[in-house]
Amino acid sequence: MANLTFAAALNAALADEMAADDLVVVFGEDVGTLGGVFRITDGLTQRFGDDRCFDTPLAESGIAGMAVGMALGGARPVIEMQFDAFAYPAFEQIASHVAKMRNRTKGATPMPITIRIPYGGGIGGVEHHCDSSESYYAHTPGLKVYTPATVADAYLMLRWAVRSDDPVVFMEPKKLYWSKADLDLDELRAEFEARWAEAEKAETDAEGWARAAVARTGTDVTLVSYGPSVPTCVAAAKAAEEEGCSVEVVDLRTINPLDEATIVRSVTKTGRAVVVAEPQGFASVASELVARIQKECFHSLAAPVLRVTGWDIPYPAPKLEEHHLPNVDRILDAIDDLNWDLDSEEADA
Amino acid sequence: MSHNTASAPHDSFGITLEEYLLPATRRIQLVAEDGTALSPEEQDVEPGHEYPMPSDEALLEAYRHLVIGRRVNDQAYALVRQGRMAVYPSSHGQEASEVAAAVCLRKDDWLFPTYRDTVAVMSRGVPATEVMVAYQGTWHQGYDPQEYKVSVQSTPLTTQLLHAVGLAKAARLRGEDVTVLAMVGDGGTSEGDFHEALNFAAVFKLPVIFFVQNNKYAISVPLARQSAAPSLAHKAVGYGLAGERVDGNDLAALLAVLGRAVELCHNGGGPFLVEADTYRMQSHTNADDATRYREDAEVKEWEARDPLRRMSAFLTDRGVLTDEVAESITADAEQVAASLRDAMNTDVELDPLELFDHVYTVQTPQLAAQRAQLAEELSRSETKEA
Repeated sequence: MANLTFAAALNAALADEMAADDLVVVFGEDVGTLGGVFRITDGLTQRFGDDRCFDTPLAESGIAGMAVGMALGGARPVIEMQFDAFAYPAFEQIASHVAKMRNRTKGATPMPITIRIPYGGGIGGVEHHCDSSESYYAHTPGLKVYTPATVADAYLMLRWAVRSDDPVVFMEPKKLYWSKADLDLDELRAEFEARWAEAEKAETDAEGWARAAVARTGTDVTLVSYGPSVPTCVAAAKAAEEEGCSVEVVDLRTINPLDEATIVRSVTKTGRAVVVAEPQGFASVASELVARIQKECFHSLAAPVLRVTGWDIPYPAPKLEEHHLPNVDRILDAIDDLNWDLDSEEADA
Repeated sequence: MSHNTASAPHDSFGITLEEYLLPATRRIQLVAEDGTALSPEEQDVEPGHEYPMPSDEALLEAYRHLVIGRRVNDQAYALVRQGRMAVYPSSHGQEASEVAAAVCLRKDDWLFPTYRDTVAVMSRGVPATEVMVAYQGTWHQGYDPQEYKVSVQSTPLTTQLLHAVGLAKAARLRGEDVTVLAMVGDGGTSEGDFHEALNFAAVFKLPVIFFVQNNKYAISVPLARQSAAPSLAHKAVGYGLAGERVDGNDLAALLAVLGRAVELCHNGGGPFLVEADTYRMQSHTNADDATRYREDAEVKEWEARDPLRRMSAFLTDRGVLTDEVAESITADAEQVAASLRDAMNTDVELDPLELFDHVYTVQTPQLAAQRAQLAEELSRSETKEA
């Protein structure tokens, strides 16, 4: 019985971190009384008070800039950008200060800020509500970029982000907010505590957690993906299996830090790879992944590394988005394009 | 519904909310340009805008910083010309505002400066050699903000005002009595962050003083192209905070106005907007040529309002600044200038590998690999040289 939604898992993660640390503060637009337009902050103001979870004036640069100052003052801010494209006014504060303050001061002023951004399409949203903006943040040194694809990761990774002493851009795939899993919150809590204790003992600042997940094992081809595209890849893998092709799916979980080892291990095994991501592919996270895979796995590759991404266009209107987003058919087509006959041609010759 | 009138402190001054929020008709000035104290009649004092003359001790101590600040400005400018510093945005002519912004604060208060506010940063106790690291070009920042309670010298215009607001919010969350002073220029008031910071501070009723040094130019663009407001201090009223306009070359008036704002902030008041009417005597930086956009006559006019000469005349006349005291202050300034020269003339041994050390708490595998690559390049070139 699926009982816990992605959104509820995020909400529980915030509540648990606020309960664990009095200096964790949550703020943004409509996050207070309303509980956020996606209800991710539901009940936090009521439970922790208006000092700990509060609405700000409607100004994204103000929200991010205030977070910088609060971090300087010893707090651990978690801020919400209401939608991906509405975060752009905050970009100067994020790129010029959130990302650089630590380096600028040689580590004297860490920025333990979590910037939550609901992102991506597939929800029939109007313009400016469906951007996949992860590449901007991934391109910015000093930021970490996390994006969970499962309900369990929504909970575990958000708590882990809040505890990070480095700033984390926490990208929440909007279309997964209502996805569900059969999970017991108390068991998740226990898992978090155990893994946190382990990470602290290892003095890795929990970076030991920054591991990509193998969402599905296979032997013929690897789909490398993250966030909203992971379920699409898993669906494609199931469809491919019916056609006799064994597909492995790697879920990055964190774009930065990037767990190249898990990707390389998988692609070295399968010899074929398709990178799947929602945003336009030009100069994107997907481009970076392809470049790294071809360099690290060159001698194991039986085919060029392909990409399935959105087109290089502004995000389309709701009635057209299905033509833009990576889908199962497009992924299967890419798998078909991976020069499958190469081995048999060699055998013939 | 009432309009946020309940907590406004105008009642204690016996004036209306509007009178409280609006700056005085004339900028606040306590000492005339020739160094003589102005009588209340000459000041044309309005209700709610009375400011007593600061004590001789406070003025003398601030004057000492002023002399040192002028010396540092001129020394740094010379060091840039000698190629020992990469760049220096001088506050020559604005030193009274620089000094007042720092000395008005208490020990636990915070200062948020801009790139031009080196003298303010130093007046807060940061050694010149640490401040100048950024302009020497060996790293982006030389002092630890937490140690001095002085944030980084912000280059992206006006972004620091929001940091000031956040720091005040965090201090309140932690139950700490902290007032924050954030500096900005006339050009900076055009940025969106200026609006957002003033609005946030007012809505959350935070003890923040926004201190605008109106030095008349944003590189080359004059004040008239930045704002059509009667004064920059008038901008406060739209946000529901109190504005005041002060002669930015009158150290006494600055200490009085900022001192009262700090006092009120520590007693639950604030935020405030204070505009200092001053002038950037030199070019934006050594890379700029001010003769392309302003007349000599205008610069000459402001030379007559020099803050240092004015305070020197005032304190001499008061019998506080004796020859002996003046000499000791000059000696202090020379010592600071000498230590700055020494620091800038000493070649710092830089470790290129440190470039990778502060990006994240724990180095990513990718950065570790790049660090190793640079290390290998360096050892190869060392071998070649050897």
